[in-house]
Amino acid sequence: MTRFILPLIAFAVLIPVLMIGLTRNPNELPSPLLQKPAPIFELPSLTDPAQTVGSASYAKQMVLINVWATWCPGCRQEHGFLLELAEESAVPIFGLNWRDNRPDALRWLQTLGDPYVASAYDEDGRVGIDWGVYGAPETFLVDADGIVIHKHIAPLTREIWERDFVPLINEHGGNK
Amino acid sequence: MKILVAFCLTVAAALPAVAIDTGQAFEDPELQARYEKIISEVRCLKCQNQTIKDSNAFLAGDLRREIRNMIAEGKSDAEIADFLVARYGEFALYRPRVTGKTLFLWIAPGIFLLGGAIVLWRILQRRMTMPIDDESPEEA
Amino acid sequence: MIPEIGHFALILALSLALCQGILPLIGAQRNDAAMMAVARTAATGQFVFVAFAFACLTWAFVQSDFSVAYVASHSQLALPTVYKISAVWGAHEGSLLLWVLILSAWTVAVGKFSHDLPESFSARVIGVLGLLSTGFLLFTLLTSNPFVRLSPAPPDGADLNPLLQDPGLAIHPPILYAGYVGFSVAFAFAIAAMLSGNLDQKWARWTRPWTTAAWMFLTVGIALGSWWAYYELGWGGWWFWDPVENASFMPWLIGTALIHSLAVTEKRGLFKSWTLLLAITAFSLSLLGTFLVRSGILVSVHAFATDPTRGFFILAFLGVVILGALALYAWRAPDLDSPAGFRPLSRETFLLLNNVLLVIATALVFMGTLAPLVVEVMNAGKISVGPPWFELAFAIPTIPLVLLMAVGMHSAWRAQDYRQLAGRLRVPALLAVVAGVAIPTVFYGRFGLLVSVGAVAAVWIIGAALVDPIRSWRRAAGATGLSRSMLGMSVAHLGVGLFTLGVTVVSAFNIESDQALQPGNSVEIAGYQFELRELRDVEGPNYSAIEGVIEIRKNGEIIGQVRPQKRQYLVQQNWMTEAGILALWNRDLFVALGDQLGNDTWSVRVQYKPMIRFIWLGALVMALGGLIAITDRRYRVRQRVTETSATEALESA
Repeated sequence: MTRFILPLIAFAVLIPVLMIGLTRNPNELPSPLLQKPAPIFELPSLTDPAQTVGSASYAKQMVLINVWATWCPGCRQEHGFLLELAEESAVPIFGLNWRDNRPDALRWLQTLGDPYVASAYDEDGRVGIDWGVYGAPETFLVDADGIVIHKHIAPLTREIWERDFVPLINEHGGNK
Repeated sequence: MKILVAFCLTVAAALPAVAIDTGQAFEDPELQARYEKIISEVRCLKCQNQTIKDSNAFLAGDLRREIRNMIAEGKSDAEIADFLVARYGEFALYRPRVTGKTLFLWIAPGIFLLGGAIVLWRILQRRMTMPIDDESPEEA
Repeated sequence: MIPEIGHFALILALSLALCQGILPLIGAQRNDAAMMAVARTAATGQFVFVAFAFACLTWAFVQSDFSVAYVASHSQLALPTVYKISAVWGAHEGSLLLWVLILSAWTVAVGKFSHDLPESFSARVIGVLGLLSTGFLLFTLLTSNPFVRLSPAPPDGADLNPLLQDPGLAIHPPILYAGYVGFSVAFAFAIAAMLSGNLDQKWARWTRPWTTAAWMFLTVGIALGSWWAYYELGWGGWWFWDPVENASFMPWLIGTALIHSLAVTEKRGLFKSWTLLLAITAFSLSLLGTFLVRSGILVSVHAFATDPTRGFFILAFLGVVILGALALYAWRAPDLDSPAGFRPLSRETFLLLNNVLLVIATALVFMGTLAPLVVEVMNAGKISVGPPWFELAFAIPTIPLVLLMAVGMHSAWRAQDYRQLAGRLRVPALLAVVAGVAIPTVFYGRFGLLVSVGAVAAVWIIGAALVDPIRSWRRAAGATGLSRSMLGMSVAHLGVGLFTLGVTVVSAFNIESDQALQPGNSVEIAGYQFELRELRDVEGPNYSAIEGVIEIRKNGEIIGQVRPQKRQYLVQQNWMTEAGILALWNRDLFVALGDQLGNDTWSVRVQYKPMIRFIWLGALVMALGGLIAITDRRYRVRQRVTETSATEALESA
């Protein structure tokens, strides 16, 4: 006769699941690269096609990899902060110019300033796929051993930097 | 909040539109069929619930291209799935792979059917011996 | 001024709903006639005020009053008037108001047609509906007020989502909601029965027409949505197992089980606790569906853009409603047992199978829809569950169901002899086996196991469904023909057969091809040649478009022309695909433009879709069957009602 109480129990169990579900963001995709080695790549440099920029360019140091493009409004929004960061922080920023147009991208950096040590030009998006990029802007924190320790999706701000990145940088030794 | 909106605009789904594949179709119809099946089971990651077959977003096009190349190189379906999962997670596959956490999904139909059969059996056993000589309203 | 009046009307409606909810329930408990009489009056009053508020909102849209925030976000001066009206329910706040309106309309209908019911019973039913209205009105007023003002008012609005600027999608929500909300009536009937402690065959007879009516609306609503997705979204698909689609499908599956279970309860007084639980579950799934769509908890192209705070409110509301109902069930259901029996092969057995299989199907859809959420909440990552899983899982209970359906239709109550059953079904069985082989091979040139099973099942059901109507038609004049109820049943099952045929054939024999075309190029599939004649620019009231003129030939002869478009809507700047479809009863030729690849070159997708119209035809025929069944005499003949004996019901005839 206890079977009549089963529906009530089953439903009661469902409610906390739904409640917790409400606090999550269904659009956000956690990166499977976390705590794994960052992808190895080599691409032509944005500024000088004869040169290459890639994982070899930043070996043995902690870096930020910022995925950006001129067609991306969020990238425009975070650009100011990236310039500040380039000045202040000991962590160098490398750019991955994703699915963009070279002349437009160069013009952008000229007009707005260039926070990047160097930018790799990923014209066909192949390297972006290796990094699991699905929308710009995205920013990766890679430690000195080449392990991806954090991924941030959406424009970077000072609050997010202080809250999410700084503690991790300190934890992993940072750059001197 | 504004930042979230800006980001959302950037990532905003391409509104449902036809994704027309303009790469060369495979000469071998079996490979083409395999290709079409795979792309109909991969999620377009920046869209609101669409396959890369049906999405117009450029990321969908990029992924179709990669998959086409992998098939041409002779990679197996499992290898292609591994490639996508390593970069985008299990979320990218519309057919959930059979792992510890998805096992219940794949055995559920069988288990439910079994449970249903047991319920049916028990009810029938009971009712089979009970009287059927009651009166009732006209044809239902 | 008008929006404020509308807002005020809603507040008045809320107070009436509160009265309607509380007083009659207390009155029924105490047998207080005055309190019980409040039910109908308050219900009518509530409806009047909600309708008035709805009219105010519609007025604001038609007048393009952009000082109302909701109007400014979802309309535009250049929007055609018919879409200004459908824009009222085009987003969260307005569609919620539509929900409230439809709920109060159903309540008034119940009030009007319940004069043959015991006063305490109808008071309880209307009371419960009043409590539901109260919850929804509170939700609207507190979190989703459509009358919020925007200051300063913008000179023009942000336009209605272009996807919604379409006749099919304009009527899809009202009809769909009529279904969703209609199940609240069955729910209220169930609660009333549990409160009074009385659930008998009379109760089942009262509940059936309301439930069938709601089911009918839901069937048409879902079919409309599917048909719209097919011709509007441009990829030629008609069902994606998207969470929001599933949210409408689950109540439908349980609703189907419910109308069948009610038949057994009415006829033999059996399956009472099944019927009760199904009635509770159908509406619970409607509520859950509302929650899934409006809370932002799942990713879907159909989901309303809304926020988690609203989600918490809906969750709290549905938590209270459903927990309350299930608690009542746990209390009352153990006492509902009946001493009647039935033998294997009887109709009761088949209907029990029907209940079990439909519940399994619903449970599987439920599981697949919520699995990603559950996995994520358990911090085990993010997975996707899509059509590949759903199609397999759903087929497992459904294939036996469609095969058994044909038999169950013809089995007798209480006990059925095997030989008699086999005799009746010999002809349909033979036809089915022949068709199962013939349809794939003769018409489409290829045999496959799955398509055969589907074709056999479809023709099996169609044949079995037609047995009774044909017999009745050939019967000598003067002999009793088919009751409306039985005719309705035959027609509805015929609809299922047609639907199954459509799904089977189009899934197996659909052909598509993507090509890059320039004017003068053509592509061929399935014996049809599609030639792109020209590309030209076209202007619409609030969009500009590129149109491709495509001529279609068969065997060298021109059979038609289609004009697929790629539209850009002026305000929201998004691109929409309008497909060009050349339709016949037994196939669609579907053409859509993809991307512009060069100055004069576009990618084009052409599809051959055999029997696809049978899918929606089948659904419409199902709904028609329901309509016929509702008009059966025994629901219309006035009954002398007493509180005591169920055999009194035999007076009707």
